Amino acid sequence: MINKVVSTAKDAVSGIYDGATIMIGGFGEAGSPVELIHALIDQGSKNLTIVSNNAGSGHVGLAALIENRQVKKIICSFPRTAISVVFPELYNKGEIELELVPQGTLAERIRAGGAGIPAFYTPTSVHTPLAEGKEQRDFNGQSAVLEYAIQADFSLVKCLKADRYGNLTYNKTARNFGPIMCMAAKTTIVQAKQIVEPGAIDPEHVVTPGIFVNRIVEINNPADESKLVAEKIRYHGIKS
Amino acid sequence: MYEMAQKVALDIPDGAYVNLGIGIPEFVADYIPQGREVIYHTENGLLGMGKVAEPQTQDPELVNAGKKYVTAIPGAAYFHHADSFAMIRGGHIDICVLGAYQVSEEGDLANWSTGNPDDIPAVGGAMDLVAGVKTIYVITKHCTKTGSPKIVKQCTYPLTGKNVVNRIYTDLAIIDVIGKKLYVRELAPGVSFEFVQQNTEAKLNR
Repeated sequence: MINKVVSTAKDAVSGIYDGATIMIGGFGEAGSPVELIHALIDQGSKNLTIVSNNAGSGHVGLAALIENRQVKKIICSFPRTAISVVFPELYNKGEIELELVPQGTLAERIRAGGAGIPAFYTPTSVHTPLAEGKEQRDFNGQSAVLEYAIQADFSLVKCLKADRYGNLTYNKTARNFGPIMCMAAKTTIVQAKQIVEPGAIDPEHVVTPGIFVNRIVEINNPADESKLVAEKIRYHGIKS
Repeated sequence: MYEMAQKVALDIPDGAYVNLGIGIPEFVADYIPQGREVIYHTENGLLGMGKVAEPQTQDPELVNAGKKYVTAIPGAAYFHHADSFAMIRGGHIDICVLGAYQVSEEGDLANWSTGNPDDIPAVGGAMDLVAGVKTIYVITKHCTKTGSPKIVKQCTYPLTGKNVVNRIYTDLAIIDVIGKKLYVRELAPGVSFEFVQQNTEAKLNR
């Protein structure tokens, strides 16, 4: 029998190793798998390369993972937010590496990674500093830069509903990078607000088909990152 | 600034699919003339974005590209990031309205970085939007706070895209970029062509 459901967030992130590349879903707090990130802080893997659109807020979630010195490099499109303090501080001290990628190029590199496409050309970023050093070619009179796919060892994604096969639905704009990150990792780890029986999600409404998912944990009352930030919560991890 | 947003709104036709940048461009939606149906795209995965959410209906999982709490109209659609940027990069969005640090006389846009090494670099979707959206409108003050022209011969800030801007809306004039030249299309009330030229580094045409 196929059953991808595990019982705790700790079990879900087990086996993540030092030096791994990890995709983390979310656009700001929308879709950020806070509980899985906190479990990764408890677990303690280091020298991680993180692929995520932003670089976290306050001192929880992704920001706390960075603050705990587990992240060597981040690949992202917008590492600043109004309440982003941890990343700027470490970046200015030269203690974290940044690969800045236009948001659409980031999404397409992840999609390509999941679809077995090693690289592609895009006009985005031509004639800008972000195209420097990249191979260029003209197509129909338009210049384009070569961009390489990104694949990850693990993806951490938040969804609304999942069944034991790993079929997923999402909530509103919390979907964002989730579906493509599920496709692009060797091991995709999902936190679902609710786990339902197979068939309870109409096959017409499945957004991520189960083949892209490896582990699911139910987190039925996930924290709102903005509330944690407003309450000035700092997540330091639970040492086991 | 609101007058500029109002002017842009008048130029958005019925049925257009539009992406509004963060800041002043967001106000364009408030001035669309009655009777025109415009669909707003936000690159974090929503087509059919409605108004900003009231405090009692705010949902942290329903936000716009500026991470503001918003609403979705009846008939809206949610989608993932690769689909969202396929709409942008695939030329499906009709109009994008953005802010600017500088615009050059050839329509080059600089709006993502001042090049200051102390600033944390961040680009978001700006380069994708200018590369893929059919028509790019810029809303900007004509000059910086210190009085320097923002419409220049060549951008000194790092580019977002080359030859991408179609029209510039400032507090002094509306200027078209046609064939790598700037043409003043409309002057603000009480403002002369000469005054606009004095405050513009690039050459203006009538």
